Amino acid sequence: MPQHNWLVALKTSLPVLFGYLPLGASFGVLFSTQLDYAWWIAPLMGVIIYAGSGQLLAVTLLVTFTGLTQVFIAMLLLNARHVFYGLSLLDAFKGAGWRKPYLIFGLTDETYSLLTSRARSEDKKREQQIDFLITLFNQGYWIVGCGLGAWLGRALTFDATGIEFALIALFIVLCIEQYKALQSSFPIWLGFAAGLLSLLLFPASQQLLIAMLLICVVLFWQYPANKHRYQNHLARGPVDE
Amino acid sequence: MSNETLYLLSFILVTAAATFLTRLMPFAFLGKHSSHPLAQHLGRYLPAGIMAVLVAIFLPRSAHWQMPVFGLDALVPAALVIVLHLWRRNALLSMLAGTGCYMLIQQQLSF
Repeated sequence: MPQHNWLVALKTSLPVLFGYLPLGASFGVLFSTQLDYAWWIAPLMGVIIYAGSGQLLAVTLLVTFTGLTQVFIAMLLLNARHVFYGLSLLDAFKGAGWRKPYLIFGLTDETYSLLTSRARSEDKKREQQIDFLITLFNQGYWIVGCGLGAWLGRALTFDATGIEFALIALFIVLCIEQYKALQSSFPIWLGFAAGLLSLLLFPASQQLLIAMLLICVVLFWQYPANKHRYQNHLARGPVDE
Repeated sequence: MSNETLYLLSFILVTAAATFLTRLMPFAFLGKHSSHPLAQHLGRYLPAGIMAVLVAIFLPRSAHWQMPVFGLDALVPAALVIVLHLWRRNALLSMLAGTGCYMLIQQQLSF
């Protein structure tokens, strides 16, 4: 008897809980100490916008009453890396019906990481239901974090310095999981090199995007040499790894 | 509705629209080509590469790089995560231990 979908999703998303509560809370604290709006606007932004770095930037832009056109462009640029996320989930989300818009809406760095790293069965329908629940739980943690931070504001005294490392630890864990699943370390080294290169050469706000562009370029470049493998897959239908 | 409320409301909607657009684009333009070999190639290798990028960029940012620490305040917890995960392969355990170690270091040492 397979585990219930809710349980699988809860277990998979639990690591994100430890990252999103403090991260959402730091946004909430920033929001309520920098701005004069009602505290519940912060979790509301978590519901409607749902983007970590985007919401942090939003506080800065709100403080200075930035024009909306400029806000739109700034957010597009900041979130441009998301374009690469969908690329590797086209097939996984295919035919997800009413769940699909929400799956796309909720595709944050962390949700993407969980969805692409977890083991998938042949039962696509069920996997999409689990993907949906993971996305939902993650956003739930985020909203609670935003709300707690904004509500408690400066009163938040618990010394949680360093807890944000949870997300880095999650990315490290998922790197190892990806490596084990692929049985190839090439993309890991590629990503690591691209990340360090852009860390050294480019301003902080553009590092993620440029590094991801670099990986894409290299993957495109080595695609012709690997093409035959996928065509064989197509000819023979779906093939297990 | 006051001007300020109107601004806040439109601000939130504009931000949400821009964010959703970036997430939607690949599905809107390439959704039909999900079984194309190139999409499969990217789908296979891109996640691992992106995960490594996230580590390569966020890990150094979480460290202090002046002497005498020179990054060890984040590299030691990171190494702990790697070793634990290779050994026990329990995601939650690796994360909690690594994060606890990092918090302890950051709160005990003053930079």
